[in-house]
Amino acid sequence: MKLRFSLALLMLVIMAALIPVAAMAEEKKDAAPAVTAPAAATPAADAAKPAAAVPTAAPTATPAAPATPPDVKPVLNTGDTAWMLVSSALVLLMIPGLALFYGGMVRQKNVLSTFMHSFVAMGIVGVQWAVLGYSLAFGGDVGHMGLIGDFSKVMLNGLVIMKDAATGTVDWALFQNYTKEPGAIPELVFAMYQCMFAIITVALISGAMAERVKFSAYCVFVLLWTTLVYDPLAHWVWMTDGWLFKKGALDFAGGTVVHLSSGISALAFLIFLGKRHGFPQERMAPHNLPLTLLGVGLLWFGWFGFNAGSAIVGVNTSDAAGGLAGLAFATTTIAPAAAGLSWMIAEWIHSGKPSALGFGSGVVAGLVVITPAAGFVQPGAALLMGLAAGLVCYGGIMLKAKFKYDDSLDAFGVHGVGGTFGAIITGVFATVGATGLLAGNAKQLMIQLIAVLAAGAYAFIVTLIISFVLDKTIGLRVDKEDEIMGLDQTQHSESGYNM
Amino acid sequence: MKLIEAIIKPFKLDEVKDALNDIGIEGITVSEVKGFGRQKGHTELYRGAEYVVDFIPKIKLEVAVSDDLVNKVVETIQGSAKTGRIGDGKIFVISLEEAVRIRTGETGNEAI
Repeated sequence: MKLRFSLALLMLVIMAALIPVAAMAEEKKDAAPAVTAPAAATPAADAAKPAAAVPTAAPTATPAAPATPPDVKPVLNTGDTAWMLVSSALVLLMIPGLALFYGGMVRQKNVLSTFMHSFVAMGIVGVQWAVLGYSLAFGGDVGHMGLIGDFSKVMLNGLVIMKDAATGTVDWALFQNYTKEPGAIPELVFAMYQCMFAIITVALISGAMAERVKFSAYCVFVLLWTTLVYDPLAHWVWMTDGWLFKKGALDFAGGTVVHLSSGISALAFLIFLGKRHGFPQERMAPHNLPLTLLGVGLLWFGWFGFNAGSAIVGVNTSDAAGGLAGLAFATTTIAPAAAGLSWMIAEWIHSGKPSALGFGSGVVAGLVVITPAAGFVQPGAALLMGLAAGLVCYGGIMLKAKFKYDDSLDAFGVHGVGGTFGAIITGVFATVGATGLLAGNAKQLMIQLIAVLAAGAYAFIVTLIISFVLDKTIGLRVDKEDEIMGLDQTQHSESGYNM
Repeated sequence: MKLIEAIIKPFKLDEVKDALNDIGIEGITVSEVKGFGRQKGHTELYRGAEYVVDFIPKIKLEVAVSDDLVNKVVETIQGSAKTGRIGDGKIFVISLEEAVRIRTGETGNEAI
């Protein structure tokens, strides 16, 4: 009763705060440009075009000028390139961050195995991405269906252009996101930036498998899942030929591709994996929450690269390091701050104490929810989304107690629930470079729902098939005895702490 | 000779040690132990998963004394370890057959 009242109160506060935002959105409605999916481009095609006039669009230009300026040739922008190099490294740092985050939450006997789930993904996906993954996600579209890329960029083929093999003179393929403006970065940098996303996405799923999955099965899963689920989804949503991109689905930095897909897949994997031995009666408390909180800090830090770096795929600007990146940076600060507080307060009211793990989880929930919206919403909307994120994901982790499944570290509860929620409400709050429901565009919300359903269903079904096959061949779980001994000792012949 | 064994709250250890020093006790043995009595355990909550912690950390303190000091030591421990709240602990007095100082071979009261 007390809980229901408190939640009702919080909802009321949120609703009250919504009003000014709605008003703000109304004012902006007329000025907001319609979302057009700009064709961003294969560099080769652009290079072939003559350098057209630079669109410095003076307002006094001829009134009869065409609505769309001509495409322009890409020009390397060193400022953008510098920021994208840094962003890529920041996203990589999220992976040890995730390892700490998850590693602190398991029991002492499984700390190394949990760390390895994140670290080995750096190895497997790092190789997979260079060999095949980048091409499947961002290579030329197969059959113009917007479903998957071809093999044209296998081994990152064509990103370094040999001009003269005898002298070793090379040129760099450029990635130009917005063809109406010249700003571009080396495609190699773009490819590596995307590589980090592929790594962390599959590592997120490991949170559901912790403390019982067989390491060999996990390694094969990482390879198969990245190839069969992540690469196509990235193509659908981020590649300009992708069918969801063409539909106008908004996903600034990966709410659908990264969080929703990994969270839903975690749930699918659990169907064949099952609960940990002794769950939920046995004590399975986190063994080292300071590690977890350090992980939260590193995740947040790295997330600035994840979100603010994603201005590179912004729909109508070529600046990777400009105002849009600044907006994404701001929303990535505000939303998790608000979400940490709202989770903490919800827990305080609901169960009596504001826990450190609760605050940290809230921060991650806020980061997840703001990810698809980071560059599409105003700071005020980010604040509301953050507050809602903490409450929704707090509800998300309560689901497992209700339905008795063992999502050990809440990969579904936080990333699945938060990713879905974030992707949908991006269609409500979007006002920057796109319009959502509050700006009077109900159609956007429909598109978001379609994207969520399509990506969620695809990820769920394919993961189900992968885990079924692995279960029947390698076997997903370790033996009961090994599970009780701990995965560190039985899978890796090590122990985390020899003190 | 008696062996006095006291189970006390961990944060009271320094006070008890100082009080025993003041009455001339020259050696004590301390160990970290866990257990439960009337105080019972407590619950911990991690993301909605509730665990009851049955055993609470306590300090076990052992002092060997000659018979004439027993009452004084028991009173001192009882006075300095007391908070008045549940969970303050217990003191046990056990008969001690023999004591030997390893370095010199002294026995009995000489050895403690």
